[in-house]
Amino acid sequence: MPAVRERPVPRVHRPPKAPPGRRSGRPPRDLWPYALIAPAIGGMLCLLVHPLVRAVVISLQDFRLRQLISGDAEFVGLRNYRTLLSDPRFWEVTGRTFVFMAVNVTLIMVISTLVALMTERLRRVGRTVVLCSLVLAWAMPVVAATTVFQWLFHSEFGIVNQSLTALGFGSFDRYPWFANGTASFTILVVLIVWQSVPFAAVTLYSALTTVPAELYEAARLDGASGSRVFRSLTFPMLRPIFMLVFSLEVIWTFKAFVQIWVMTRGGPGDATTILPVYAVQTALSSQRYDLGSAASMITVVLMSGVLVLYFRQMFRQEDDPR
Amino acid sequence: MTSPHPRIRRIPLNAAAVVTVVVCLFPVYWMISTAFKPSRDIQSAEPRLVPYSWTLDHFRRAVQADGFELFWRNSVLVTLGAVLLSLVVALGASFAVARLRWKGRRQFMLLVFVAQMAPWESLIIPVYIISRDTDMLDRLPTLTLVYFMITLPFTIVVLRGFLATIPPELEEAAQVDGCTRTGAFVKVALPLLAPGLMATSLFGFITAWNEFAYANFLIIKQQDNRTLPVWLSSFQNTFGTDWGATMAASTLFALPALVIFLLLQRHVTSGFAAGAVKG
Repeated sequence: MPAVRERPVPRVHRPPKAPPGRRSGRPPRDLWPYALIAPAIGGMLCLLVHPLVRAVVISLQDFRLRQLISGDAEFVGLRNYRTLLSDPRFWEVTGRTFVFMAVNVTLIMVISTLVALMTERLRRVGRTVVLCSLVLAWAMPVVAATTVFQWLFHSEFGIVNQSLTALGFGSFDRYPWFANGTASFTILVVLIVWQSVPFAAVTLYSALTTVPAELYEAARLDGASGSRVFRSLTFPMLRPIFMLVFSLEVIWTFKAFVQIWVMTRGGPGDATTILPVYAVQTALSSQRYDLGSAASMITVVLMSGVLVLYFRQMFRQEDDPR
Repeated sequence: MTSPHPRIRRIPLNAAAVVTVVVCLFPVYWMISTAFKPSRDIQSAEPRLVPYSWTLDHFRRAVQADGFELFWRNSVLVTLGAVLLSLVVALGASFAVARLRWKGRRQFMLLVFVAQMAPWESLIIPVYIISRDTDMLDRLPTLTLVYFMITLPFTIVVLRGFLATIPPELEEAAQVDGCTRTGAFVKVALPLLAPGLMATSLFGFITAWNEFAYANFLIIKQQDNRTLPVWLSSFQNTFGTDWGATMAASTLFALPALVIFLLLQRHVTSGFAAGAVKG
């Protein structure tokens, strides 16, 4: 995250009133900034705030296919939320969402920290090669990557099954990965970790390069061991960026919606259904727009907790005069 | 290196580097190589890491597939529209934030940062219902508007960053020489901003190019208005077990993103894209 600091604008303040008449028909000077941000504000109001408000409203209404067509939905208070919270399937999905999040984020953070540390120790050529391949993996479009992973794990001709069989794991001969819940879940985790590590590793690596080399030298002269250096020097220096990446990855867990929808649609059974998938399924497949919106709003509330953490970290970073 | 055997000491490190590179590149490589392999090599019991013989058949089939040209055109139109729109809007907004003093500047940036983290996955349902109510379902401009909003916050943040690196004194000098404030900005700052504009719009391009969820749920009846990601996701339904053609289509779809990322590698690795470009 580029910590772009506000630069004080060295400008003489204009007199509060510009000479009238000269710019007739144009907004006076003082209104210019507001005119410039108006389109952005308008866009946010129409395309972000409006849908969000609408979702809240729908989640408080009785809104099904009939109401979608006739457009006269009744308010029912918190009934949809009560229905959801008393539905064991909803709790299962919520629990699965947290497991999915925990597994993904842990793997991503551990692997990317290791890759970042490794990249920093490499010589010039090796470092360039590693960075280039990280960037290529990062650039892979989500839908393309998902399709490729479906091909890699294809039951009959997939390279994974063929390699595992060749290595002596006979049980993987024609193993149908996408018919088994745990196996599908695992593949999705592998796919998401593969797609997310490059961003995290590259960001952590660029943070590592800002640690002054003299500090390492001093630590080494004091006889600190490798793990000691990491614990007392590298990690504390890395911490702000580490926390930023961590909270981003937590929030981005919900973006796995696309991978899940393309690969399994939440199946087999419910094995890969996480909250956003559940919401869309409920709303658009079962036409319970009210319940789907309520599930979405619960997701947003869960997310905003992490978001607060992210913003606190980011503003600390921005105000930090480095 | 103080160790007497630096080469031996570096072996685990280099091995780890090799593993990283292989893991990162293998899926990409496998996609491309499958796309070039003849079908009988794809569906064989003994896979070859390096294709035995090469063929362009799969690409031909993917390109000639139903509506490929149409979906390509749709994707380009929607993406270009969204990127241009957000570039124009963001240029104004970031100029106001980086150069002018006004009440509410910090609040506006806070709003932009919040908008950057907008939970788009949770807004699919209301956006669907709103577009249905306003008769915007199944139409490409709807997608353009959504993608505009997805890319806008990031574009504002990055352009503001680029603008902050251009000293305002340059524009002030031009103003002293008789330019208007707008004229000074257009003649002095804009050319210096060109690389920033380029990089930002390319990232916006990729974000919009790859977007799947809204393209999938907002374009339902008018199948002619689909975009490439949606087409690719349903490719197996159309082509069944034709994995060669599927991989060829994936390659064609991924190519722009791969090329752009490699070209912008310096920006990418400097961490500038943080927060915005992620599949």
